[in-house]
Amino acid sequence: MRLFHRVFSKQNRALLAELVRTDFKLRYQGSLLGYAWSLLRPLFMFVILYIVFVKVYPLGRGIPHYPVYLFVGIVLWNFFTEMTQQSLGSIVGRGDLIRKIRIPRWIIVFSSSISALINLGLNLVVLAVFMAINHVDVMRTIVYTPFILLEIYLFALGVSLFLSAAFVKFRDLSYIWDVIVQAGFYLTPILYPLSKITSITFRKVVFMNPIAQSLQDARYALVSHDPAVVTISQVFDGGWYRFIPMVIVLLVLVGGLIYFKSQANTFAENM
Amino acid sequence: MDTAAIKVEHVGKTFKLPHDRAVSVKSNLINVLKRRHGYELQHALEDINFEVKQGEFFGIVGKNGGGKSTLLKVISGIYSPTRGNVHINGKLTPFIELGVGFNPELSGRENVYLNGALLGFNRKEMEAMYDDIVAFAELGRFMDQKLKNYSSGMQVRLAFSIAIRAKSDILVMDEVLAVGDAAFQKKCFEVFRELKKQKRTIILVTHDMANVEKFCDRVLIIDKGKQLGITTPQEASSIYARLNVDTQETERSTDKKVRLGSGQVTVKKVTLKGDGKDRVFELGKPLTIDMTLERAKGYESYPLQIGLAFYNEDDIVVCGPNNIGKKLSPSATDVCFTMPEVFLAPGDYRVTIALYDKEGIDRFDYLEKWERFTVIADHAVGGLVEVNNVTWDER
Repeated sequence: MRLFHRVFSKQNRALLAELVRTDFKLRYQGSLLGYAWSLLRPLFMFVILYIVFVKVYPLGRGIPHYPVYLFVGIVLWNFFTEMTQQSLGSIVGRGDLIRKIRIPRWIIVFSSSISALINLGLNLVVLAVFMAINHVDVMRTIVYTPFILLEIYLFALGVSLFLSAAFVKFRDLSYIWDVIVQAGFYLTPILYPLSKITSITFRKVVFMNPIAQSLQDARYALVSHDPAVVTISQVFDGGWYRFIPMVIVLLVLVGGLIYFKSQANTFAENM
Repeated sequence: MDTAAIKVEHVGKTFKLPHDRAVSVKSNLINVLKRRHGYELQHALEDINFEVKQGEFFGIVGKNGGGKSTLLKVISGIYSPTRGNVHINGKLTPFIELGVGFNPELSGRENVYLNGALLGFNRKEMEAMYDDIVAFAELGRFMDQKLKNYSSGMQVRLAFSIAIRAKSDILVMDEVLAVGDAAFQKKCFEVFRELKKQKRTIILVTHDMANVEKFCDRVLIIDKGKQLGITTPQEASSIYARLNVDTQETERSTDKKVRLGSGQVTVKKVTLKGDGKDRVFELGKPLTIDMTLERAKGYESYPLQIGLAFYNEDDIVVCGPNNIGKKLSPSATDVCFTMPEVFLAPGDYRVTIALYDKEGIDRFDYLEKWERFTVIADHAVGGLVEVNNVTWDER
C-alpha cells in the first residue's frame, strides 16, 4: 500500500493526467473527424474483413454471430497492437522531457497505455451496439470480461515496458515489431475460427499465445458458448496447462518491469 | 540553518561515445562478433566536490562544453553519476531549463497546465495560480493561441512565470537570464532577490559574470570537466576572464588578418606588455605596446604619423590615440605606446596599428585588428570606459 501511494502520489497523478490529455489532444489534431477515427479505424477494418470472410469466402460458417465474433477479435487485437506500437516510441518520442527533467520514466509508458485504454473503452461501446444489433444474448459470463481485459492489458504493458526501453538503444526494433505484429495477426485466431483447425496439438500451440487465449475467452464470455468457440479449457480439458498463458503474462510483465528499471537511469544519456 | 542543501562528493561522469553509433541490432551483432568496442570514453566530469548550504545562492560558471550542464543533470538526477555521490536535502525542482515540455501545437493555456503538471501541480492548484502566471508573463491576450505562434521571448516569459511557482526548497536554473528583454530581466532580478530573501537555495548556471556578481554568494568554476575552485564572485569573474583568453589564444591562429599599405615603412614586430599574464591587463594598471619599425631606403629619417585604434567586442572604436604633437624623432625605429592606467571597460579588445606619411595621406602600413588583449577588473564598469579623475563627495 505504501508503494502504491508513492507510485501514485499526487504529483504523479497530476502529471499522468496531463500527459494523457496532451496525447489525446495532439493525436488527431488537424484531422477533420478527430477522435472519431479511433472508432472508424477498427470499423473500416471490420467492414473489409467482413466483406472478404463473410460474403466472398465464408470462413466463419458454423460460428454463431460470426460478425460480432470477428469484431471482438479485431477490437482486442487492435488494442494490443496500438498500445505496444505507441509505447515502443514513447520514451524516445518524449526525449525532450527525459533529457531535461527528472520525472519518473514509467509515467511516460503508462500514459500511452492509458490512451490506448481509452480507445479500447470507446470501441467496447461500439461492440455493445453491435451486439444489440445482432441480437446477441447477454450471458452471465459477461462478468469475466474485465478480468480478460486486464490480462491483455498487463501482457501489453509488460511488452510495452520492454519495447520502449530497448528502443532507446536499438532503433531497428520498431521495424522488427511491425513484422512480429503482422505475423501475430495470422498466428492469432482473429479471422479464422479455431474450430477449423483439426489438429489438437496445433490448437494447443496456438493457445500458448496469451492473446489467443484471452481472445477466445472473451468471445466465449460475450458472444456464444457454442463449442465452435474453442477455448483453452476446452483444448486442455480443464487441466493445469490452461494456466500457462497467464504465467507467460506474469513473466513478461515482471521481466518488462525489471528490464525497464535497469535501463531507466541511462535513458537520458543513451538517447 | 548551516546544514548542507546539496552535497556533491567526488562525482565523476563518463560517457561512452560510440564511434559509429551502434543503434541497430545488426551493428551490435557485428560488434559482438568482432569483439570490437565501438566506443570511446569521454570524461565529462572528474572528481567534483562541493557543498551548497541552505539558503545559499550558488553559481556554477565555466565555458561551453566545460561540464556545467552535465553537472547540473547529475545533481538533478537526470544522469546518474559514474563515480561518487550526490546528496540532496530537501525537494529539488525538476526543471533545469526553461520551457522544457512545452508543446508548440498546444495553446498557451494548455501548456501552462502541462508545465505545471511537470512541477507536480494538479489542475486545481494550477487554476488557482493561473491568473498570476499569465499576469507575470504579460501574455493575457495570447493565452488561447498556439505556442508555435509565440515569439521565443514570449515563450521564455511564460516558462519562467511557471517555473518560479515551484514549491521546492532548491531551485536549479541553467542560463535563464540569457533571454528576455531588459524589462523582463529586471522582473527576473526582482524574483531572484525575493527568492534570496526567502532563504531558498538556488543554483544558477551561467556565463554572464555580471549576474554572478549581482546575486551569487559563492561560485564554483569548472573547466574541461574539472573543478578549478570555489571562490567569491569577484574572483571568479577574473578567473573566468582568463579562461576565455586561453581559448582565444588557440582561436587566434585561424583568424584572417588584414594588412594593407605601400610599405615604405612597416611594422616589423609588435609586443604587448603589462603586469599580468600575457594579453590580460587589469583595469587601472599600465599597458604598453612596443613596435619595431622597418624603414625602406630613403625613409630612414622620415617623420611618421602613427595611429592606434582600440576596438571592443562590438567593433566600436573606444579610443584612437596617435602621435600628432608628440615628440618622436623622424628616424625612430623602436616606438613605445603607453597607457599608464588602463581605462577600458573589462572585455576583449583588438588593436589596429596604422603608419602614415607626415600629412596622413599615404598609408605605409596598416595592420587591421592585429593584436588582441583582454581587460579584467575586480568591479563592474558601466559604459565603455572607466572615467578617472572624477570625485564623489558630500556637499
